[in-house]
Amino acid sequence: MERNQQLRRQLASMRQSLFDQGHLDEQFILLEELQDDANPNFVEEVVTLHYRDSARLITTIERALEKSPLDFNKLDGYMHQFKGSSTSIGAKKVKAESTQFREYCEAGNGEGCLKTFQLLKRDYATLRRKLEAYFQVLLCMG
Amino acid sequence: MSTASSSVTVSDQFPAGLRVLVVDDDPTCLRILEKMLGTCLYEVTKCNRAEIALDMLRTNKNGYDIVISDVHMPDMDGFKLLEQVGLEMDLPVIMMSADDSKQVVMKGVTHGACDYLIKPVRIEALKNIWQHVVRKRKNEWKDLEQSGSVEEGDRQPKPSEEADYSSSANEGNWRTSKRRKDEEEEIEERDDTSTLKKPRVVWSVELHQQFVSAVNQLGIDKAVPKKILELMNVPGLTRENVASHLQKYRLYLRRLSGVSPHQGNSFISSHSQEPPYGSLSSLSGLDFQTLAATGQIPAQSLATLQAAGLARSAAKPGLPMPLVDQRNIFSFDNQKLRFGEGQPQHMSSGKQMNLLHGIPTTMDSKQLVNLHHSAQSLGSLNMQASAHGNPSGQSSPLLMQMAQPQSRGQILTETSGGQVPRLPTSVGHPILSNGAAGAMLAINGIGENSRGTGYNSVSQTSSVLNFPLNHSAELPGNSFPLGSTPGISAGMSTLTTKGGFQEEINSDIKGSGGFMPSYDIFNDLQQHKPHNWELQNVGFAFDASQHSNSLQASVDVTPSVLVNQGYSSSQRNVQNSNVSAMGKPIFSVGEGSEHGIALNVGQHLNSLLVDNSTRVKSERVTDTSCQPTLLPQHFGQEDLMSAILKQQDGLGPAENDFEFDGYSLDNIPV
Repeated sequence: MERNQQLRRQLASMRQSLFDQGHLDEQFILLEELQDDANPNFVEEVVTLHYRDSARLITTIERALEKSPLDFNKLDGYMHQFKGSSTSIGAKKVKAESTQFREYCEAGNGEGCLKTFQLLKRDYATLRRKLEAYFQVLLCMG
Repeated sequence: MSTASSSVTVSDQFPAGLRVLVVDDDPTCLRILEKMLGTCLYEVTKCNRAEIALDMLRTNKNGYDIVISDVHMPDMDGFKLLEQVGLEMDLPVIMMSADDSKQVVMKGVTHGACDYLIKPVRIEALKNIWQHVVRKRKNEWKDLEQSGSVEEGDRQPKPSEEADYSSSANEGNWRTSKRRKDEEEEIEERDDTSTLKKPRVVWSVELHQQFVSAVNQLGIDKAVPKKILELMNVPGLTRENVASHLQKYRLYLRRLSGVSPHQGNSFISSHSQEPPYGSLSSLSGLDFQTLAATGQIPAQSLATLQAAGLARSAAKPGLPMPLVDQRNIFSFDNQKLRFGEGQPQHMSSGKQMNLLHGIPTTMDSKQLVNLHHSAQSLGSLNMQASAHGNPSGQSSPLLMQMAQPQSRGQILTETSGGQVPRLPTSVGHPILSNGAAGAMLAINGIGENSRGTGYNSVSQTSSVLNFPLNHSAELPGNSFPLGSTPGISAGMSTLTTKGGFQEEINSDIKGSGGFMPSYDIFNDLQQHKPHNWELQNVGFAFDASQHSNSLQASVDVTPSVLVNQGYSSSQRNVQNSNVSAMGKPIFSVGEGSEHGIALNVGQHLNSLLVDNSTRVKSERVTDTSCQPTLLPQHFGQEDLMSAILKQQDGLGPAENDFEFDGYSLDNIPV
């Protein structure tokens, strides 16, 4: 009980900070709302799906960024996909960086792309880590 | 997602149960959409590949109410999918994308999307998608109404598309009836359609042929719906029907120019069912002779053919269309396909006879030629079998114009004489004999399905059964026993397609208007002998030359043979029930699916063909033959078709009688 309450509080604060820090937006809340008894782990399921799929994309983009010259069209395409996926889980920062990246692609700015991608990767990793921790606590709560 | 109350009782529940197919390559989005749609109480099917989605749609023609698709997908552009769905299945399609730029949205609109959602999609947006379904039906219905079914108009209140609409009784009725339509077997007359039957006009093969010929006459640039309508002179058809069909046709042509021809051939097939009968074309390569010889068209090929042709789900690649089982040939399984049911049934039934569909009752030489092309080996195969079967000039080598759907395009043009090609039943020379390949003509279409479809009763409808021989893959395997056994020809003679098999079996054997209206085959093939299939009309010029898609092969096949084939099998199955019902332009019913008439015909044919006399080899047919259910089910659209087909009335009872008695189908090596 006590433990549970603690966990619950911890969970709530973790969650709140994700929003406060701008990692997540309301889309995440919509996902939570979709969760129900029939799909009690829906949010986690979706987040897991996202990370599995997007990891692949990240690698692809990375490789594409190593090529020379840069194929902006392709990069834009990959990023479009990545952005769509990130948007659907409410990854706010990552989404913004994706948009920025695409703008650089359109402008043919390789430098801008590379820089933005670094930022994106960082925020992507941070959110991933935090969400993993979040779900772990959630799981503990049973 | 709650399963839509199937029909019936759902009036208050609508739009619950709305069957949505959602396509998106992003698994995250897909899962979320699935959940959201489920929350809206829709029946969701998700798919991550456009090709798979198309297959699913084709297989289960009537299985979905609306499609939601992402724009950017790796295997196929979302707009292309949109176009295909519009052409083949005529379902409302909603596009989605994270991209909200004006150009992309505009592109969606111009390609025919009924809505465009920006990702991330909100559940509120999904809650109202049913309005698109209603709207579409309503519009179609309205078109239909003009022809006479009026009730619908009353019943269908303008969709206010407000959320409350769902509770309107009409909706429920509509939905219910729509469902019911699919399930019911009766062929509904046009009048009955008012009960909210699918308002869609079923563009049977024959009808489409008329359309194409009208368009060609006017010149594609000058072809305006009004003029086309006048030229076509099909009672009950409205300008709107023509206009929307024209739009699709234009898209189709446009696509064709960028695509290999063989793909585009069967407009009809794609229209109604599946995309080009590519597979059929492969069949064309098949040597009918060989087929005949083997008596079996590789099921696969047939299946493919059929599939190709019949939009229907060509699925049945495995259709065992035993050539031997001529009956199958006539099984208009294809038709069944049309019925939207992806059911393998029609395939199974014998491999739907799509072939028969294309069997024009009166095939002019021109048509015959066409048939050749279309007949694609399949058709020919089938025909052959049959042809051989009837060495006697049985009434006429059914020149079944098996315009196999494959070459839909071809068939269309070919038969575009504006009239349903009528296969001269008395083609005298038993083309069949010679090479049954020709025989396969009609049978092709028929054989396919039919695995034994008995075209027997083809006779009745004036509408020539255009057996799109091309019918895809089905044919080949199916019942083409025709080619194989000479005996068949004998039997085939009775193939006189009664109804004029003109139908192009192409793909959807779109109810070629002429499609044997009287497919009473089912009822009692025997009895219907006279009618049976008067292939006479069907001039199947069974040309072994199978041209790729269209099984049009001028099937010289003696109808009887062909028919028998199809019928026997179908007979078994069908016998009862549907057949009689089907009597009517049977196949017009074309698979329930919208376009299905044509195809359905094939299927029905099969059933119809149920071999009156030939029970021979009904083995094949039994299972495959047009399942009775198939026929009836799709009658929803069929009604329309039937109505149209009735008009056709060209199919006179084939004098040739397809009596299948002689059907020595036995000879046909399966």
